[in-house]
Amino acid sequence: MGFTRETDHGTLPALATGANVTLTIDGEHVTLPEGTSIMRAASLTGTAIPKLCASDNLESFGSCRLCLVEVEGRNGYPASCTTPIAEGMVVRTQTERLKELRRGVMELYISDHPLDCLTCAANGDCELQNQAGAVGLRDVRYGYDGATNMGQPKDQSNPYFDFDPSKCIVCSRCVRACDEVQGTFALTIEGLGFGSKVAASQDDAFLASECVSCGACVQACPTASLIEKKVVETGTPDRSVITTCAYCGVGCTFRAEMRGEELVRMVPWKDGKANHGHSCVKGRFAWGYAQHKERILHPMIRTSITEPWREVSWDEAIVHTASEFRRIQEKYGRLAVGGITSSRCTNEETFLVQKLVRQGFGNNNVDTCARVCHSPTGYGLKTTFGTSAGTQDFDSVMQSDVILVIGANPTDAHPVFGSRMKQRLRQGAKLIVIDPRRTDLVRSPHVEAEHHLPLRPGTNVAMLTAMAHVIVTEELYDEAFIRERCDWDEFQDWADFVSEAARSPEAIEPLTGVRAEDVRGAARLYATGGNGAIYYGLGVTEHSQGSSTVMAIANLAMATGNIGREGVGVNPLRGQNNVQGACDMGSFPHEFSGYRHVSDDATRAMFEAAWGVKLDHEPGLRIPNMLDAATDGTFKALFIQGEDILQSDPNTHHVAAGLAAMECVVVQDLFLNETANYAHVFLPGSTFLEKDGTFTNAERRIQRVRKVMAPLNGQADWEIVQLVANAMGLGWSYSHPSEIMDEIAALTPTFAGVHYDRLDAEGSLQWPANDAAPGGTPTMHIDGFARGKGKFIVTDYIPTDEKTGPRFPLLLTTGRILSHYNVGAQTRRTANTAWHPEDRLEIHPADAENRGIKDGDWVGLKSRAGETTLRAQITERVAPGVVYTTFHHPDTQANVITTDYSDWATNCPEYKVTAVQVGLSNGPSDWQEDYADHARQSRRIAPLEAAE
Amino acid sequence: MAMEDEEGVMSTGERLIYMANQIARNLASEGGERSAEMVADHIRSFWDPSMRQRIVALAADRPNALSPIAAAAVRRIAAA
Repeated sequence: MGFTRETDHGTLPALATGANVTLTIDGEHVTLPEGTSIMRAASLTGTAIPKLCASDNLESFGSCRLCLVEVEGRNGYPASCTTPIAEGMVVRTQTERLKELRRGVMELYISDHPLDCLTCAANGDCELQNQAGAVGLRDVRYGYDGATNMGQPKDQSNPYFDFDPSKCIVCSRCVRACDEVQGTFALTIEGLGFGSKVAASQDDAFLASECVSCGACVQACPTASLIEKKVVETGTPDRSVITTCAYCGVGCTFRAEMRGEELVRMVPWKDGKANHGHSCVKGRFAWGYAQHKERILHPMIRTSITEPWREVSWDEAIVHTASEFRRIQEKYGRLAVGGITSSRCTNEETFLVQKLVRQGFGNNNVDTCARVCHSPTGYGLKTTFGTSAGTQDFDSVMQSDVILVIGANPTDAHPVFGSRMKQRLRQGAKLIVIDPRRTDLVRSPHVEAEHHLPLRPGTNVAMLTAMAHVIVTEELYDEAFIRERCDWDEFQDWADFVSEAARSPEAIEPLTGVRAEDVRGAARLYATGGNGAIYYGLGVTEHSQGSSTVMAIANLAMATGNIGREGVGVNPLRGQNNVQGACDMGSFPHEFSGYRHVSDDATRAMFEAAWGVKLDHEPGLRIPNMLDAATDGTFKALFIQGEDILQSDPNTHHVAAGLAAMECVVVQDLFLNETANYAHVFLPGSTFLEKDGTFTNAERRIQRVRKVMAPLNGQADWEIVQLVANAMGLGWSYSHPSEIMDEIAALTPTFAGVHYDRLDAEGSLQWPANDAAPGGTPTMHIDGFARGKGKFIVTDYIPTDEKTGPRFPLLLTTGRILSHYNVGAQTRRTANTAWHPEDRLEIHPADAENRGIKDGDWVGLKSRAGETTLRAQITERVAPGVVYTTFHHPDTQANVITTDYSDWATNCPEYKVTAVQVGLSNGPSDWQEDYADHARQSRRIAPLEAAE
Repeated sequence: MAMEDEEGVMSTGERLIYMANQIARNLASEGGERSAEMVADHIRSFWDPSMRQRIVALAADRPNALSPIAAAAVRRIAAA
């Protein structure tokens, strides 16, 4: 693909009314939807009216006066961006008078703009330059001797972009993008008239301001005033490739804009159906890890984890891996080995790893990182609705009237969707937040929750059941929906259960710490406020009752009829880019792709026929079971693709013990991650920029990942797995990931219509995509639930066994921050560390004062599982008795603290509730010092021997 | 304390007993036989054979370690 800018029609599409208008533009008759601007109408019919302050992702502004047109029968020269089309209107976009006016306007702009185009970083990619050409500006009569805004110092504080006020034309596009698209309201126009200028926060440097570095302002800027540092360094791109972000589960699509083999910038793609041209700091800017010097590019092996690594050829590494797995199986048995698939890798790569385990290892010992995040979603939604996925597309939120966010922090963890949600909230939708922490959504510019229920960690089920109590006892449920779509007897059983006095908001107030009155208000609003949509995250799933909470959410949605149309639904916000896909692809030890149990004879027969082997009909081991079996001496080898279980999984000591007990641990990754400290084989992986494939986002949207550069390690990850499989004699012969997807489609009914040619033609497909739903399925359960009747499940509140007490009086809960992603392996190797160089412990002022802790002090954080140290951040975001930290930095290793308690149904760890004590500390814990030493030793790479 | 030392961590046997009892507690609201059958179904669906064999053996060795519902479920698994 060559390089062309995306067409900008200047103004937003008209709100759909169904009515059309016919008018004449420059002699051409055109018919377009009522409410369309003249500017957009002209653009859609091939006429680009000059413009500077207009952009088709922003509300019309009408300030630059460049887009003037003539309208027959009207006085003056209206701005085409703010004037809607009308029936019979006759518009002229290019007349002698208009040319004169536009040149005059442009002349004024240029009279206060540096004429350094040839050396400007935006040369050739500058709207101001283009529009000066378009209006035929040839001279500036005013000269440059008077006062100008030129020569002002640049703000280069942001690690990714510069702000040069000298080149600013004060069109307000950046300010409006920050307000309307991102919803942060960090920018403003300060001053008046000639002195007006763009300012971040209170005229702070960008880095110190409230700016979240999403890049919307940079994208909006029509000059080089806001420009990517990489463009300044490298020059403008000369080609672009559409691909999908490898960070969170929103699945933003980007134009990877290249110059040769060098990535110049990632620009969010306007046609991306998940992100509609928006991005966050991670996807937009934090891709430098792909070329980071710490990336490992050569395979390595060692016989013991105490030895240094030895670089070897791909052949040697692959043969060694295959022979070790075969040796171990011969010695310890077929079930002594397993694999872990990655939610960071593509569907095709994930499918191949589980195939390697099932076909090659001959067992079902395969699991995935969803074990530690959304496995309860799989269990809960399959039990209640019949399929393990969210019910809506992201656009659905724009039809919601009441948005209930529980255990999720979308503005940090799913920022692009968070911005979209805030757009809807600014339009008037009501918000309920159920979260122990006062997240940004609770109160931020122009957004305020109607109800924030700051419940005590671990009481989600009690809270949701109390809301159900209100809905049932006040008869706010949707009886018609329930009678038609659910089993009425099961509903009655559930209704009887939730109606008991012990489950009322008043009764559970001592458990949750939330006023009953607030719970009642929230329940009434959700049940009666119109379209009610629930969005949830890991604050729901990562509990000992994670699955029960998911089912309690599903109960609420069914009881109120908030399922099966736009604007409603149950929506898990998936953490990793492809965690939905990894689950879909059969990564769990009890399921084939498409969530079919391994004991199902017909499904197994289909796979056996395709793969030519007998398959195990018994479920395999989950990750924690594998580690238990390893410490018991019965599980001896593990193939890990793109997953860092030592840092991400709970109770680090136990994970380390399990890994250390194995004879062969294979890590396929970009970097020597923490798990690799216990590995015997390292297979260097490839980044999302270096391979083809697909990711499936949180709305079940399957999107293409396209190779934009050759893999630095020489192999795409799917090729590496194929090499291992063939060394084990499996005879795979895929020449492109599209062939793997064809196999997935042939074996998975919900993916039957998914092929690369369709994805390329349509941009994306949401599963199920098959004969029954040829165009995919944006909204699920429209005419009936996937399981037939929706199933109400009684969810009794069982308190966690993780109790506070005199030794550990506080509750620790963990989470993420905007600038980092999971264990930080990628984002820590980018300039995102400017915002979050370390994990900190949030503690309430009262708890801090009781312990003599001041902001920034080093504190020890101790649980029954372990101890670490980090610095304190005193804040009222957390309630008294609750502390909070992120888990992005291995130096802190928050999971040294978390325990081995887990969800009753899925073993998803209870990350969100750990009893801890906090006290002042002099420095790193013994464990941290030992671990740092161990990691240094383990990462040694022996120098290559000189060739003779 | 070395990297791999595990203070306060359940042994695998203790963990399996804990898990079985935890499943039973969460499915107890169905009541009696129905709960026991649901717990047994859950364990059959999600536990690998070695874990099932081990819980059966643990139930025999430590008859008081399991709750009545969990014990009834394990008896069903053992009988299958």
